[in-house]
Amino acid sequence: MIARASVGVRAIASARALVDVYLTEIRIAIVEQFQYRVGNYLYMIGMVAEPVIYLVVWTTIANQQGGQVDGITAGDFAAYYIVWTLVRNMNIIFTPYGWEERIRQGELSGMLLRPIHPITWDLGYFAGWKFVVIVLWLPIAFVLGLLFHPVIDPTPLDIAVFGLAIWGAYLIRSVFYWTVGMITFWTTRVGPIFELFITAELLLSGRLVPLTLMPDWAQRLADVLPFKYSFYFPIEALVGNLSDQDLYAGLAMQLFWIVLGSVVVRIVWRFAVRKYGAVGN
Amino acid sequence: MPTRGGPLRTLRLFWVFFRVGAMNELQYRANFIVQIFQSAIALGTGLAVLALVFSQTGELNGWTHAELLAVMGVHFLMGGIIGMAIQPNMERLMDDVRRGTLDFTLTKPDDSQVLVSVREFRIWRAVDVVIGAGVLAYAVSQLQTGITVADPFVFALALLLGALMIYCFWLILTTGAFWVVRMDQIAELFEGVYQSGRWPVTIYPGWLAISLTYLVPVAFAVTVPAEALTGRLTVETLALAAGFAIALLAFTRWFWRFGLKHYSGASA
Repeated sequence: MIARASVGVRAIASARALVDVYLTEIRIAIVEQFQYRVGNYLYMIGMVAEPVIYLVVWTTIANQQGGQVDGITAGDFAAYYIVWTLVRNMNIIFTPYGWEERIRQGELSGMLLRPIHPITWDLGYFAGWKFVVIVLWLPIAFVLGLLFHPVIDPTPLDIAVFGLAIWGAYLIRSVFYWTVGMITFWTTRVGPIFELFITAELLLSGRLVPLTLMPDWAQRLADVLPFKYSFYFPIEALVGNLSDQDLYAGLAMQLFWIVLGSVVVRIVWRFAVRKYGAVGN
Repeated sequence: MPTRGGPLRTLRLFWVFFRVGAMNELQYRANFIVQIFQSAIALGTGLAVLALVFSQTGELNGWTHAELLAVMGVHFLMGGIIGMAIQPNMERLMDDVRRGTLDFTLTKPDDSQVLVSVREFRIWRAVDVVIGAGVLAYAVSQLQTGITVADPFVFALALLLGALMIYCFWLILTTGAFWVVRMDQIAELFEGVYQSGRWPVTIYPGWLAISLTYLVPVAFAVTVPAEALTGRLTVETLALAAGFAIALLAFTRWFWRFGLKHYSGASA
């Protein structure tokens, strides 16, 4: 009886400690990143170029064809790509290219010494950064709204689901890119692998165009991959006409991919870390 | 020994640095394969996007499929030139300013602007130039209008002017490092904006098209050369390109010298 109670107490204590670690990381990231406002802004403006290009191309096509492409109007495209900019920023996670430096410089050694899984640091830090990004994003969205006239009419449920889905998107992308990044433990020529992955994501996530504009086979392929749950679903939740059922189903699928991705991270990490020979320190 | 300055000496300097850079990179031949792979992915993505657009429409703002393919070819080709000769030099310059190692270049008995502009050369990026030229040649063969004998020469001239303008743009920004010191985001900012050149700038709203012409000369670098091959280029536009290039070169020259005065050296 006493033994069982103490196990329970210990579990609660360690969960509380983990929450504490996350909150601290988030706080550090917010304080740190607010110092680099100008750098963050330049970075975000460079990022806005991509959706603006897509938006102009598809608006041109829509206008040429009497106002719409496959039922999507110019105003819909504007709404899609402006919300895209926030979702894209929510999607920024520890880059897979960063692993090379972590391994080469021996940074990982320090992480391994701490008694919690190293993904904790990335998850916490980048989550904190998001709060800075959201604040900085608001003026950008305002200006884009004035320039491109989005048509958007979300229900309260749409907004609530969107609010959850952008964090779901963040977690999905975090776990999958962490997994891909860990390939660096086995080979140093990871650039081509990453680019293949990033390109697949670009085409099948809704980052390039709303997925309904893709050929049927591509849409079916996208249905069984995690990519669309980190771009298309959150955006559509806010700007599209998804039924309540579709909204809940989307959140459930996000949860499914997060759980699956976390399991994969755990397994791959166990093998990857054996490949690690501490260099540098 | 020839005296300082003179285009011949500049060319010779360029040749020496080119040889050193090439020999350096030839040591890493696997990078060649990696580059081919990456360029192939970029090409595939570009073609997929074009296919998507033309699955919905027959033309984009008056540009046919073949003509937009030509624009993509020029965009690839110019991207290769930038990645091969312009951007590596500017990134090294930024780094030198930040670390104070620019001292070593400034003490050399030659024109500093020439020196900082020819030191780095990434030969593997030539893959993009070759692919771009290939795409362009195929696109031109598909054009219904055909091209005249003079067109390739006008195209080459427009391309040269465009490359010069991009070089000036980069050097002006990089010279800003004398004041700002840290400019890490510039490269990403430029790459983001350069993607707009994948499409003719005429499709963009007025304010954006003007910015992409005079603020960041993407229009002169990609759209204008592509216009030369698709029967759209007027004498006025070409003259404007030449005039703007000369003005920009002169300004860049002045601005570089002005910026140098603000360089204090980090090592001293």
